Amino acid sequence: MNPFDYARAGDAAEAIRLAGGRADAKYLGGGTNLVDLMREGIEHPTHLIDVSRLSHEIAARDDGSVLLGAAAKNTAVAADPVVRERFPMLTRAIVAGASGQIRNMATVAGNMLQRTRCLYFYDDAARCNKRTPGAGCDAMEGFNRFHAILGGSDACVATHPSDMCVALAALDAVVHLQGPQGARSIPFAELHRLPGGRPDVETELGTGELIVAVELPPLAAARHSTYRKVRDRSSYAFALVSIAAALEVGADGKVADVRLALGGVGTKPWRALAAEAVLRGAAATEETFRKAAEVELQPAVGLSDNGFKIELAKRTIVHTLASLCPGVRT
Amino acid sequence: MTIMDSLFKKAVRLIPDKAPDPLIGAERQVGRSLSRVDGPLKVTGQARFAAEVPFKNLVYAATKYSAIARGRIASIETEEAKQAPGVLLVMTHENAPRMPAPPLMMKDPKGASGSSLPVMQDASIHWNGEPVAVVVAETQEQADHAVSLVRVKYDAQPARTDFDRLKSEAHEPENVLGEPSRIAIGDAEAALAAAPVRIDNIYRTPRHNHAAMELHVITVAWQEGGIIVHDTTQMVHLTRSTLAEVFGLPEEHVRVLSPFVGGGFGNKGVWSHQVLATAASQVVGRPVRMVLSREGVFRATGGRTLTEQRVALGAKADGTLAALIHTGIAGMTDHNDCPEQFTFPARHLYAAESMLLRQEIVELDMVANTFMRAPGESVGTFALESAMDELAEALSLDPIELRGRLEPAKDPASGLTFSARHLLEAYRRGADRFGWDKRNRVPRAAIDGDWLIGQGVATATYPYFRMPGGSASIKLTAEGDAVVSMASHEMGMGTATVQAQTAAERLGLPVERVTFEYGDTALPHGTLAGGSSQSASIVAAVMAANDVLVKELLKLAGNDSPLAGLKPRDLEARDGGLFHREHPARGETYVSILKRANRSEVVCEAAAPQPMEMLKYSMHSYGAQFCEVRVNRITGEVRVSRFVGSFDTGRILNPKTAASQFRGGIIMGLGLALMEHTLFDSRSGRIMNPSLAEYHVPVHLDVPAIDVIWNDIPDPHSPLGLHGIGEIGITGVGAAVANAVYNATGRRIRDLPITLDKLL
Amino acid sequence: MKFTINDEVIDLTLDPRMSLLDLLRERLHLTGTKKGCDQGACGACTVLVDGERINSCLALAVQYEGCAITTIEGLGTAGDLHELQRAFIEHDGFQCGYCTPGQICSAVGMAGEIRRGVPSAVTGDLETDAIDLSHDELRERMSGNLCRCGAHNGIVQAIQETFAPKAKP
Repeated sequence: MNPFDYARAGDAAEAIRLAGGRADAKYLGGGTNLVDLMREGIEHPTHLIDVSRLSHEIAARDDGSVLLGAAAKNTAVAADPVVRERFPMLTRAIVAGASGQIRNMATVAGNMLQRTRCLYFYDDAARCNKRTPGAGCDAMEGFNRFHAILGGSDACVATHPSDMCVALAALDAVVHLQGPQGARSIPFAELHRLPGGRPDVETELGTGELIVAVELPPLAAARHSTYRKVRDRSSYAFALVSIAAALEVGADGKVADVRLALGGVGTKPWRALAAEAVLRGAAATEETFRKAAEVELQPAVGLSDNGFKIELAKRTIVHTLASLCPGVRT
Repeated sequence: MTIMDSLFKKAVRLIPDKAPDPLIGAERQVGRSLSRVDGPLKVTGQARFAAEVPFKNLVYAATKYSAIARGRIASIETEEAKQAPGVLLVMTHENAPRMPAPPLMMKDPKGASGSSLPVMQDASIHWNGEPVAVVVAETQEQADHAVSLVRVKYDAQPARTDFDRLKSEAHEPENVLGEPSRIAIGDAEAALAAAPVRIDNIYRTPRHNHAAMELHVITVAWQEGGIIVHDTTQMVHLTRSTLAEVFGLPEEHVRVLSPFVGGGFGNKGVWSHQVLATAASQVVGRPVRMVLSREGVFRATGGRTLTEQRVALGAKADGTLAALIHTGIAGMTDHNDCPEQFTFPARHLYAAESMLLRQEIVELDMVANTFMRAPGESVGTFALESAMDELAEALSLDPIELRGRLEPAKDPASGLTFSARHLLEAYRRGADRFGWDKRNRVPRAAIDGDWLIGQGVATATYPYFRMPGGSASIKLTAEGDAVVSMASHEMGMGTATVQAQTAAERLGLPVERVTFEYGDTALPHGTLAGGSSQSASIVAAVMAANDVLVKELLKLAGNDSPLAGLKPRDLEARDGGLFHREHPARGETYVSILKRANRSEVVCEAAAPQPMEMLKYSMHSYGAQFCEVRVNRITGEVRVSRFVGSFDTGRILNPKTAASQFRGGIIMGLGLALMEHTLFDSRSGRIMNPSLAEYHVPVHLDVPAIDVIWNDIPDPHSPLGLHGIGEIGITGVGAAVANAVYNATGRRIRDLPITLDKLL
Repeated sequence: MKFTINDEVIDLTLDPRMSLLDLLRERLHLTGTKKGCDQGACGACTVLVDGERINSCLALAVQYEGCAITTIEGLGTAGDLHELQRAFIEHDGFQCGYCTPGQICSAVGMAGEIRRGVPSAVTGDLETDAIDLSHDELRERMSGNLCRCGAHNGIVQAIQETFAPKAKP
């Protein structure tokens, strides 16, 4: 690990001031990913601004929304009674990730900004366009069983590893930012970029810009939501495929509202808008679910080892939607 | 095998049996479920491991590993690292002390090294991950940072890293751990071709990593011309002789201590890091601590190699075998000798009219593969026992019934008599416990919601070993306490506890009065903890020391003792002394003998006799592994829901620690079956998942309550009737799981691990 | 920089790169907390910070200034064992003993999470605060602590006996 200056910020303004607009300054949340990457020699900030003592508040509002302080711990968010009631998929997504210890350390913002687990990204002896733009990608013809089938480019097929973010994508979360140029808010869907030709640029955050809060807008359908994660061991493993789904079926048996997002398959937390379009207003049947899954996975591209994710994702989508819909059996 | 070997083996069979250990069947201390004596230290964090020994002026080391598999270091830039804060030494092949190659384990009687390559002596690179530089600094943070500043340029050469491409070059090694690499009885291929029922398939097993929880670590200091080494090792004396040879020291100037080992499973011997840390300590003149990173463990210490195996069974209609063929290839290097003896189970398990058992190796450029829990047997039983299940299916026979029909009268390959073989009894007891009779033999017949349920069974087997060369000492004190010493190892097997029990049994003392000392080369010569041999090796040495002790005590007792005139064979040890076997009142306590002789203590030491029993008999442990799995019909996820291991392993010394040993093996077997896979990139020869996040071992939720039972029938030819049990637990598990998956899904997976994508 | 470690106030200056784990092991010689991976992947380094379990290998020590840290040494001693430590011995919840301090600290932290109603990946009803410490709950919640010797059954039994004596097996 390179030497760095450490400073602890009391509030967002101080954090931004301490970062001083330096490109080589990093905000430090729980450290569960950044410290590991620094030790591996993948990240080497010269300044670490500790923002883990910024707002931890989890504020439930009367309009049905919830505001999560960026430094709120993953465990606290998952355990919050209002989150559990209004957004169960978020609780389920968080507790499906990592371990109890890591969830006690990791923050909301840190979880959003965690980096891929691609084996070639983690190994500085390998070629990786995300680490060194233009270097090439050893994953394309290497071990790519864990890699993305959606949103990839010729440069990069690394998945975004977060579970929590899959739920945030489904829930139309809004990310509140503060930076040297002032405050702004962006839809969660716009936070992460597709890799394209620049997989090293992973988010829309500007230099020195800090995530200060995440807002979960009111969503009635989310009360009836869940998260299903499929992985190689029964716990403490990253997703091969995961599904965040909220489903509201009307008295007429038609889908009144739906939110669907996928993890483990996309280069960013993957909102399944195409599937939602098929589902919305259609009869809540297995046939509809299957059609939605087919449409969503239609653009999926498999490599040597990860092609199974296409079928696995389809099946998991159908089954997860059906599990939210007592009348439908698969 | 040479003619001399063959004559020797025949001659050995004519040697009369030694009288069985008189304590076979004893149950005063042996057989008690004692809690571990080191428990209080371990649960409070007070058990001190090798990385935790404090030294004044201690400095820290970090290692840089090569990024190519074969070639030369063209240049190595160390200046920036040398200038970094706190740095005392940057060591490369250019300035490392000149050292001979470390002696190779199993090949050299003094060797503990996993590889015979010299360590950091020239610019050549032999595997991707070979250490190329070591930095020593005042703190670990400084060393870690400075080592990242070392820049290496390579001249890469074509490397042998692609098993699939190179396997056509496979050849039979000279021998397989001293056994022939090929055994042919009759014309098995012809018999197979003529058999009415045939099974003939290829099975593949990947590389595995031991993944002991404790990292490889050494804390080493040069003192008065010698070295004191705090190491995590399964072989203190071999580590001593290896380091003595590398550093040109008399063995008595090297002391190796290893009182606690945080898991070994076969790979805690000598690797390059002990050599590098000791050399660095010599150069900087200060004690050095080197803790390998988890990545370093994967790069610089070996794991289990990959195999590709063929099992072909030619059966008659009644299930008996006309032909048994088990052949295959394992990857190996040209600087180690671990051919992964996967054909060994087939040499001992089943009666067949003809047999062809042949192992080949293909040399690869990789870190030296090494012995990992049940080397050979773990992956060999996956292939053989999967094939047996396939044969049972083809014959419409219950797989346990099939095993009954294949039970041999004597060892099929060697022709030796079995010393103790009660495999079918283990099957019977295991089947009862598991409820095997309720299993539906039709695949995909049992469904619970989204989950398909299946049951499978497989045979476990592992040889009995006792290592030659061990000695033990017994010290009796005037207070009537005993200290029994042998430089053996406690890696969690329960050695410290169980050997206090066996010694207490031998001495006729309460276990509370006996301390067992181990893990230090200052003690009498220990054998390695490997091959499930340690318990038998220790018990035999303690028995020999006790024979000397009894004679010494008779001498000390003199003519005024009730023991006067008695011979050792007249005596038994009990109630803290020696007593006449037939006249229970006639005897004397140790306290009384020592008091009359005016002695504060008496110490006796002796070496164990040669393990002739292994040459006279076919000595193996057995078991039946019963597994129930649930396979998600949507996603293919496999969950193990029930497991029963039923073992035939001679006498069990301590049911509590034995159950843990069996379970531990089974759980590692579940890892082998379902998730473990060292990802070796055949383009670069680089291990791509050198991490416990990406190399999966079972977590708590993967592990069901595991039921273990045992026959507890002593082997009349082993000390105390015992067999070592460290390894048998993992054998057969891969096949038991695969067979259960087949029963659940109708899908036969012959390629480990059984991940969900193979079941979609 | 001040820390309270096992009820003792420690004041020292630190390299900001030093992990809480290395602070404990190398500076304070509290070596009961173990280093198994230094990657947050094994749980051997688990300690309690203000009562919550964390992986001390991923924690830069400077980040925890002012916090109350409890290590295995603070839970009990050989002469005065914590109830859970006793249960580990009784149920043979370890073999080599290397993951053991992390398992024990993790279980103590987990028991607090159960009391606070923190749900897990296997919790059925998210709206209840009364979590039954079933076999599945316990195994899921302890899955961040690897054990390679395979002492899982004994570990789970020891925890169950200590924290949920009446729970269904």
